[in-house]
Amino acid sequence: MTSVLIAALVLAMMAFAYRQGYSRSRVLAGQSRLHSRPQYHGALLALWAVVPFLLILALWGLTSGQAQEWYLASLMPSDIAAGSDYASAAARLRNIASGFGVAGDMADWERTAGESLGRFNTILKLSAVALGALLGIAGLVMARARLSARLRARNHVEAAIKALLIFCSIVAILTTLGIVISLVTETVRFFTYVSPIDFFFGTVWNPGYSTTSNEASGSYGMLPLLLGTVMISGIAMLVALPIGLMSAIWLTQYAKPRVRNMIKPVIEVLAGIPTIVYGFFALVTVGPALSGLGDVIGLSINATSALTAGIVMGIMIIPFISSLSDDIIRQVPRTMRDGSLGLGATKSETIRMVIVPAALPGIVGAILLAVSRAIGETMIVVLAAGNAPILRFNPAEPTSTFTVTIVTALTGDADFASPQSLVAFALGLTLFVITLMLNIGALVIVRKYREQYE
Amino acid sequence: MTSVETEFDANTRRRAQVRQSLTRRNRAETRFRLLGLGSVLAAMAFVAVLFGNILSNGLPAFWQYNLQTEVYFDPDVINVPAPPVQEAGQSDADYQAASLAWQRRLAMVNWNRLITASIAQAMQGVDVEIDDRSALSIVDTGTRFVLRDMVLANPDLIGQTRDVSMLLSADGDNWSKGKLSRDLPDARQQLTRPARDAIDALTATGAIHPAFAWHIFTNVDSRSSPASAGLAGAFVGSLYMMLVVILLSVPIGVSSAIYLEEFAPKNRITDLIEVNINNLAAVPSIVFGLLGAAVFINIFHLPLSAPLVGGLVLTLMTLPTIIIATRSSLRAVPPSLRQAALGIGASRMQMVFHHVLPVTFPGILTASILGVAQALGETAPLLLIGMNAFVANIPATPLEQSAALPVQIYLWQGNENRNFFEERTFAAIIVLLALMILLNALAIWLRSRLERKA
Repeated sequence: MTSVLIAALVLAMMAFAYRQGYSRSRVLAGQSRLHSRPQYHGALLALWAVVPFLLILALWGLTSGQAQEWYLASLMPSDIAAGSDYASAAARLRNIASGFGVAGDMADWERTAGESLGRFNTILKLSAVALGALLGIAGLVMARARLSARLRARNHVEAAIKALLIFCSIVAILTTLGIVISLVTETVRFFTYVSPIDFFFGTVWNPGYSTTSNEASGSYGMLPLLLGTVMISGIAMLVALPIGLMSAIWLTQYAKPRVRNMIKPVIEVLAGIPTIVYGFFALVTVGPALSGLGDVIGLSINATSALTAGIVMGIMIIPFISSLSDDIIRQVPRTMRDGSLGLGATKSETIRMVIVPAALPGIVGAILLAVSRAIGETMIVVLAAGNAPILRFNPAEPTSTFTVTIVTALTGDADFASPQSLVAFALGLTLFVITLMLNIGALVIVRKYREQYE
Repeated sequence: MTSVETEFDANTRRRAQVRQSLTRRNRAETRFRLLGLGSVLAAMAFVAVLFGNILSNGLPAFWQYNLQTEVYFDPDVINVPAPPVQEAGQSDADYQAASLAWQRRLAMVNWNRLITASIAQAMQGVDVEIDDRSALSIVDTGTRFVLRDMVLANPDLIGQTRDVSMLLSADGDNWSKGKLSRDLPDARQQLTRPARDAIDALTATGAIHPAFAWHIFTNVDSRSSPASAGLAGAFVGSLYMMLVVILLSVPIGVSSAIYLEEFAPKNRITDLIEVNINNLAAVPSIVFGLLGAAVFINIFHLPLSAPLVGGLVLTLMTLPTIIIATRSSLRAVPPSLRQAALGIGASRMQMVFHHVLPVTFPGILTASILGVAQALGETAPLLLIGMNAFVANIPATPLEQSAALPVQIYLWQGNENRNFFEERTFAAIIVLLALMILLNALAIWLRSRLERKA
């Protein structure tokens, strides 16, 4: 409720400041020609009033937790503040302070401490709001005094908008930084338990889960996971590459535009289906079907296996390959194709000997992107690959991948700081680096190829 | 003379050779073309099989068997005093305490006795002996709460008889739908022989009949009464997440695209942002989940399993998609529009916001909707921020624990009662796909409508 009130206060102040600027500039306009239109004067004043307010509120939001923490420690008797019960005692006090109440009887000191904590929080919040409002009014008054007909209000407002735009485009960079920093720090923490050599070159994956300690009991060799990942992605590419590429060729070279416009969206439906749906489809339908097929031809195929996951993942990737190659094939200059046809080559010869070789770098780029997609795919393998991190080369047996292991490591009961959980970040970092290299490789190839024909 | 003849022969030979090779080449051409057509057909067949499989498996789940029978609200069983009425002079708090005490009394009533009595009533004239436990195993365990809530809403019911439609239990529904083999010996059947016979007999009399399962949309997930488990909580959770995604990723993504496309100088830094965004678009979704677990959960201590955190993670994930799509629609605006605006004295900011942006509005809208649709189906990152927790309530705020549609699918596919939940999972998939198709259709419709106007 209070946050709604604060928001209303900010909005009211903004409206008031805008109104002030607008009417003041109209008065000024009577004396001489304005540089900017009145709206800009209004907006400038609104900015001057609201930005300091919001800054103070943000500062309060960032620091109030820490301030509360300091005050909490001073409220407690010294034996509890230093003891191991600190966290639970602090949680009790916070609950008392918020009026939520706690289970069991409150000790006297708890009641008084909780009440003074509640008062402290209220005072902190009120003073933040008051300070913010004060600074906002100060900004408003100052800016209003500076309003004049020659003030370049529009330029100031536009500069502020531009700053906002720049801030928004930095979010993407911050995300990447956040990913890299969080993955690296947690991975470093993991490597204090397990040596990197054992992790990268170990052939046994068997993290020993223990409920009593955070010791790294067990082995964390990632090679079985790497093998599973490569195997499943390989099977997926074996399915997706021929079908995707041939579909793209047929759709660009043979199909009539009408047919093409009808068929292309149908195939692209495959790209829009959530992966959890593919995973369940693999688990319930494809797996048993493959297993039954295996029985018929005398092979033992497990229902959840690298083969099941790979085939279904291949189906998922078909539209990815076909639409990427579609674009690339259509970038091949028409003159090359016409030249080949003019010399008497058949259509398929033209495609095989002229168009595909010319488009090859682009197609390779598309394949790299598709592989990176396959490696990072999670839900299909979580459901259909069987989660058996064992180093074996039989695709008909259950296997495991990086992504499956990340999910099992972080959805289990292990403590976040234990190696059993932290290993997820080491695997995530490896996955991130592999996909990054594939993506950059693909981008470089595709860009080079584009330059060749532009 | 002879030399002419040999030349003629040679020509014939050559012609035959060419004809031969032409047939060969034409055959190769046909083969190639058929291969392409085959690939397209295979891809389309995958779409058909996938949807056929989902629909044929999932649609039956929307009809569940109900037992329509008369329930006598026996005052001997519902042995509670009359509900308290607020007397004059009684304080609100006292009245509330009294009515809570009454509700507690109501909760202590053995409602199952009403159910067994009414089943026994329905079985009159049927030649099946049925014990209470078997009778109770026919209907959903949640039925007793349905009866309790009926009395709670209308205390006058006590002593009266009402026609009540009770949901069959998961096992009962399986039996009615013929999903349990009738040939298995008693020891391997989930239901006792009397229960099975009773269901068959009541089906014959018409008391047990299928009805559309509205509760799939209105109930929350449940473990104790699986037959009445629904998607309401997951639906609201997903809705909150999508709201967060729309509120954050669209403004940030569009602003960032505007800056990069219209204002950014061409230098190292903007190049870096550009490469960075392209890479971010191809980072596996699970890595965003790791980011969420490490930063939002472990550093900022945001609540586990909350739609707000899920929304933040999905925002970061959809941001690159929206940025890239917005940039390409900005790029498609003809330069003449910009030049005209600048030529008559508009500032760059005015040019962008007054002239370029309105033209690209359909493109931005479509990109945003498609980005949201993609985020709606994403599962893997949500698992890492604890959304795979079992939550049996509808979240009131985005900060409360909640389920989400794709995660609900993941949870249901792992349910031990596979026989019942497999169908239910397919039903959840149908709901999710229907929502996504709706969003995509909306995007297509809006685009065609707005573009025609523009």
